[in-house]
Amino acid sequence: MGASGEAGVKDIVDAFPFIADHVSLLLGKAASQLGVAAIAMVIALAVAVPLGIWLGHVHRGSFLAINVSNVGRALPSLAIIAVLIAPLGLGRSTLIIALVVLAVPPILTNAYTAVDGVDRDVVDAARGMGMRERDVLLRAELPLALPLLFAAIRTAAVYVVATVPLGALVGTEGGLGDIIVDQASYRLPGVLGAALCVAVLALGVDALFAGLQRLVTPRGLRARIDYAAVQTEASAY
Amino acid sequence: MILAQSSQPVIPNFGAGSSCERENGAFCWSWVRDNWSDVLWPALREHVVLTLLAVVIGFAIAFALALFAHRRGWVERPVTITTGILYTIPSLALFQLLVPFTKLTTLTAEIALVSYTLLIIFRNTLAGLRGVPDDVRESARGMGLSRGQLLWRVELPLALPSIVAGVRIATVTVISLATVAAFVVNKGLGAPIFDAIQRSVFKTELFAAGGLAVALALAADALLVLAQRAATPWARAGRPA
Repeated sequence: MGASGEAGVKDIVDAFPFIADHVSLLLGKAASQLGVAAIAMVIALAVAVPLGIWLGHVHRGSFLAINVSNVGRALPSLAIIAVLIAPLGLGRSTLIIALVVLAVPPILTNAYTAVDGVDRDVVDAARGMGMRERDVLLRAELPLALPLLFAAIRTAAVYVVATVPLGALVGTEGGLGDIIVDQASYRLPGVLGAALCVAVLALGVDALFAGLQRLVTPRGLRARIDYAAVQTEASAY
Repeated sequence: MILAQSSQPVIPNFGAGSSCERENGAFCWSWVRDNWSDVLWPALREHVVLTLLAVVIGFAIAFALALFAHRRGWVERPVTITTGILYTIPSLALFQLLVPFTKLTTLTAEIALVSYTLLIIFRNTLAGLRGVPDDVRESARGMGLSRGQLLWRVELPLALPSIVAGVRIATVTVISLATVAAFVVNKGLGAPIFDAIQRSVFKTELFAAGGLAVALALAADALLVLAQRAATPWARAGRPA
């Protein structure tokens, strides 16, 4: 396919000078990759978070909320992109729609689980204090649900950023993936340099969201949460 | 660019098949019928073999690491960090980064696919083993079970639902990423997907190959749920899959 068989370990070494010489190209591609990922994430969050939180708040629709993610995590990313290209054609919007389809299930399920799983005694206490329904949700349930919700957002964000390069395989905009599949223009060291940058980008997004997750965790809960563990359980898709 | 490397003519060529195929219709059954035994079926079979091999090897490695970490707690952290990094590296990048070492071979595809199974199976196995209640462990020791007997007769059976859940997630993940493996080795359901893109976005082949990959993932997922239920009749009442 796109990759070439004539390769040696020396090319990995040559990837570093390529990165140094093409900083602005790589930054531009990384920015476009993050841009596509951000659009998809914003749409997915707008769909999945309110729905999941509401279902969790009223403790209904568990069958839907949980099975959506069981089916969703089984969906092969490249296959979904391919199946959507057939009717929608090649283009950025097709890729974004595919990314939304892939990102919604884990966010929806975890938003539901996070709110549904808040200690019922806490909710009862909030009601007993005379909180209105809206305040029960906004001031009691949501703060306690935020760590798990952010764990899901973190997983989805990493997944989406990592999936954008597949767009390049099917001939649409793929951020740094554009360089990875274009060995004719960039030679092997360039391709490897871009691959390294993609890996660093994904790890960077993961670290960024791990920090955010820590920030949104209520202080009283911080000591009790193992961030790495929370992430993997949520990434179980 | 893959399009540039294509040996196909520049003029759209949808083959010499029916008018549906020549006009690139939404979905041409005739093409599926004509190409099932030469294109789709071999790709599906290769996809299953790629997946099985990766899951079996990945399970062997991750399971051994989990048993080791169960006995020596300090092992958990370095293994989690290493496999976590492997898991986070995007597939296209990992396949490409392995090429200088192992060339465009099935080995390259398998190394990458195996590396995506490790974190999930390791964590689930270890979590399952650690989830065994201490009371149960105490009673087993009280009955005179040795350490090995405790592991194989008590802890592992109780950890089975968690282990199978990990294998299930690892399997669907590998089925998904094996389509991307066609980037380095012309095998699996990714191959007809790339072929369809090169043939000026031949819709039928995209639908057929993409649909087969989705169906395979859902079927494997369902099969493992059934296996999980069959293997642990006592767990049916409780844990979610």
